[in-house]
Amino acid sequence: MLTLTHYLILSFILFAIGVAGVMLRRNIIIVLMSLELIFNSVNISLAAFSYFLRSLNGTVFVIFNITVAAAEVAIGLAILVTVYRARRTVNVDEIDELRG
Amino acid sequence: MIEYVWLVPLLPLIGAIINGVFGSRLSKTTVGVIASVMMGVSFVIACSIFVKIISLPADERSFVVSVYNWMTSGSFSVDINFLVDPLSTLMILVVTGVGFLIHIYSTGYMHHDKAFWRFFAYLNLFVFFMLMLVLGGNYLVMFLGWEGVGLCSYLLIGFWYEKKSAGDAGKKAFVVNRVGDFGFILGLFLLFWTLSDMGISSLNYNEVFSHVGSIDPATITIITLLLFVGACGKSAQFPLYVWLPDAMEGPTPVSALIHAATMVTAGVYMVARNNALFSLSPFTGEVVATVGIFTALFAASIGLVQNDIKKVLAYSTVSQLGYMFAAVGVGAYTAGVFHLMTHAFFKGLLFLGSGSVIHAMSGEQDMRKMGGLHKHLKFTSTTFIIGAIAIAGIPPLAGFWSKDEILWEAFSKGHIIIWIVGLITAGMTAFYMFRQVFMTFTGACRADEHTKHHIHESPKSMTVPLIVLAALAITGGVFGMPYISEGGTLLHHFLSPVFTHAGEAAGHAVAAASHASDADAHLMLERILMAVSVCVGVLGIFLASLMYYEPMKKYAPAFWNADVMGKKFAGLYNLLYNKWYVDEIYDAVIVNPIKRVCDRCLSFDLGVIDGIVNGAGWLTRFSAWLSHKFDIYIIDGVVNSFATFVAFDARALKRLQTGQLQNYAMVFVLGLVIIIGGYILGY
Repeated sequence: MLTLTHYLILSFILFAIGVAGVMLRRNIIIVLMSLELIFNSVNISLAAFSYFLRSLNGTVFVIFNITVAAAEVAIGLAILVTVYRARRTVNVDEIDELRG
Repeated sequence: MIEYVWLVPLLPLIGAIINGVFGSRLSKTTVGVIASVMMGVSFVIACSIFVKIISLPADERSFVVSVYNWMTSGSFSVDINFLVDPLSTLMILVVTGVGFLIHIYSTGYMHHDKAFWRFFAYLNLFVFFMLMLVLGGNYLVMFLGWEGVGLCSYLLIGFWYEKKSAGDAGKKAFVVNRVGDFGFILGLFLLFWTLSDMGISSLNYNEVFSHVGSIDPATITIITLLLFVGACGKSAQFPLYVWLPDAMEGPTPVSALIHAATMVTAGVYMVARNNALFSLSPFTGEVVATVGIFTALFAASIGLVQNDIKKVLAYSTVSQLGYMFAAVGVGAYTAGVFHLMTHAFFKGLLFLGSGSVIHAMSGEQDMRKMGGLHKHLKFTSTTFIIGAIAIAGIPPLAGFWSKDEILWEAFSKGHIIIWIVGLITAGMTAFYMFRQVFMTFTGACRADEHTKHHIHESPKSMTVPLIVLAALAITGGVFGMPYISEGGTLLHHFLSPVFTHAGEAAGHAVAAASHASDADAHLMLERILMAVSVCVGVLGIFLASLMYYEPMKKYAPAFWNADVMGKKFAGLYNLLYNKWYVDEIYDAVIVNPIKRVCDRCLSFDLGVIDGIVNGAGWLTRFSAWLSHKFDIYIIDGVVNSFATFVAFDARALKRLQTGQLQNYAMVFVLGLVIIIGGYILGY
């Protein structure tokens, strides 16, 4: 029998994988993909809460999140392409314009 | 015609403006024509005014022509107005007539000068001011002219300002005239002040003269003495005569027009114009007559030994002006004005003649280097000799009548000393004039070969004025010749309305006629005196000829020789030759002390005043230096140390900003872990 806890554990695992991806991977595309993973872990937990608490609010949030994530990816990829064109690299270590 | 009298001074002013403003762009001919035509038209107008005046009855010959309201303040108002009466008419005739001739002469004399236009602008301006002086109907207009002629005199004496001596002479004339003018101004102020106390706030002659009777006699004496100081300055009387001989540095036509014929007679005119005042103060009259006759003798004594052809004439002018003052001083205003007029003719003639000689001698003025010029300069020498005879007082030339009238007036009014001194002066005048004639025109030529080669008669523009003036010098005496009209001379009748204040209207002849028994004795006496003065004149000429005229020298006794006399009386000779050392005395007594005071003031200025100023400057600079240092070390130090502190911190803190996205994410996640961890653990 699947309980809320199972979902939350799944969500946590996905979240942890996402965070690790963001922090550790050097390829900016992988970093973006990891960010998507974090989004989706959050979406899973929201959907799970919505189901077990019998409230539609969570589902609405999920729909919004997916929409926003789609838009965000579109912008993120566009920036990525531009950065690549300018710098000829996708390695985040090399992109350190803001270093003090 | 009389209402157009303002044209008489206006035309020369227009000429002065045209030549002054545009003269440098006009040709010499145009400049000369403009200046001379203005003078000529002015003279024609003056003549027509004269004709108009004499056609009127004697007691209606006074007009005031008001042109313009100059200034108004309360009840006090001054107009630019002109008084046309016999005296001013006579003066404008002399000024414009002689002035016109001298303008024509100048077109020839100044022809080689590069500042031709400037000369004519000044000359016209001078005539304008002179006419304002003699025509002015109130004291302020007269004063305007009085100062204006002084200015023009200065400008024209210093005309060749590249020459230091000319510039100095101009300054000397100006400064000495200022001394006189100072007295003149004080006199005018005192007069106005006294009159305004009596409730008269007008400066017009007519009103002033009709009220002078009620002024306190002591005040009148002071006023007239102060006015006479002004006249002394302008008319070169002792002790203010020193500028006139130096003024000979100016071009010769200037010497003729300003320093012989017109400006220097302004003082005589002024005294004559103010006869209403002067006749009220017998004491001033005595002073004027004494100063005048003393100057006459004093200047004549200097003239005896001068060698510069113009210097002799200059001292002669001073001497003749002394005569005029002696006349007006004893109350013989007509005689003074008569001599003024004849003097304008013959002295103008002599100066122009000397100019012609100088012109021929390529600028040489020393008579010792002339001689025998009669051969070459027929016109000049003939006219010059006519002028010399006129001034020496030989009848029937103009000078005789005027000089004799002065001497007679002095004698008949009881001033025997003035008569004697005047007679001696007349002898000296004849002597030095003929000394000049003989040295210049007779004997052998002592000029160097180069100059000798250039000797030539002057152009027509110069000789024609000489001839006209010579004619006037011969005939000018007619107006003052006694016995050709009943009860006084023509001039006497003409001028008498002006001198009614002086009580001269009746005239001595009328007075004599009223005592018929005295009349014959009176006439006899006058004739005897006349003969005496002629004898004195002839004696002067005779002595001069013995000393200086070659054919006569052999009749002279051994000691009567210029060189012998010069050695025998070396002391006197040097005293006279050096002009009684008056210039040196002035230098020692006035000029040098003033210079010393100026030097002291300069040292004071340099030491104390400049010291204070420099000290203040140094203090400011020192305090500026201090505040500069304070700024740099204290203010800037504080500001800079703040900046240094911030920069130092920034170096430490900027290490945090790696620019690495993942570093930031790491910190972010760590923070999250800590917060959530803390929350879970229950803190």
